[in-house]
Amino acid sequence: MSEKTHTPHVAVLRSPLGRVRGLGSARSGVAHWWAERVTSAALVPLTLWFILALLGHLGAPHAAIVAWMQSPVTMVLMLALVLTTFHHMHLGLQVVIEDYIHAEPVRLASLLVMRAVTALLALASVVSILKLGLSGHV
Amino acid sequence: MVARTSDGRLVRRPLSPHLQIYRPQITSALSIFHRVTGVALSVGTLLLVWWLVAAADGAPAYDAVQGFIASPIGLLLLFGWTAALFYHFFAGLRHLAWDVGRGFEKAEYHASGIAVLIATGACTLLTWFVGLLLRA
Repeated sequence: MSEKTHTPHVAVLRSPLGRVRGLGSARSGVAHWWAERVTSAALVPLTLWFILALLGHLGAPHAAIVAWMQSPVTMVLMLALVLTTFHHMHLGLQVVIEDYIHAEPVRLASLLVMRAVTALLALASVVSILKLGLSGHV
Repeated sequence: MVARTSDGRLVRRPLSPHLQIYRPQITSALSIFHRVTGVALSVGTLLLVWWLVAAADGAPAYDAVQGFIASPIGLLLLFGWTAALFYHFFAGLRHLAWDVGRGFEKAEYHASGIAVLIATGACTLLTWFVGLLLRA
């Protein structure tokens, strides 16, 4: 190989301001990385609470679930759980898609579909929690 | 391989050996398993959403979901879901520790990797043991 004398060279097309902000080609900097960590830290107590809550409602009849969800504490924690979960899931799946799908059209389509499905699942969860929690006497 | 330094210059760097050259190690195995469980849990959220939507729909739909979960396939899915959740939970804690700069020594990340596996197995079995006791 004759690479010892050849030094590749291109002009840098990033402004000094862009470089010092560290935004990179995705123009988002470390926001994605941070959001993934912040949501995971939030999910630590929320997940533990949810597992214990599920254990307390194994095989519970419908009325018991409604009564449980009508507590404001339950509703707030359930909303926090699903919103944080689907945010974290969106961030994680985005990285997986970007890592493994290289054809640009397929990658873009996958990202859009994943985003839509994640958003719809989150909305379905939120609406269900609100309906259960706010529906008055059932 | 041609790469770029942080100040934008192009440099030639050696290409590291590929996946099939390396002997599988606990570090790489646990790392890919974190990703696998993350994707599995993403699919698993369908069960959670189905459960919530059915509960909001009313007792008949809710009873149908409960019936599915109590079926052999439902229980198997739920067991896998529990194990994946605990694995992703503990491996995630390990990642958060790394993110604040802890546990990068070889002995430490080997020990924490084993600890993640033990904690996953213990918590999965404990959860199901408690669950079966409560249902009995």
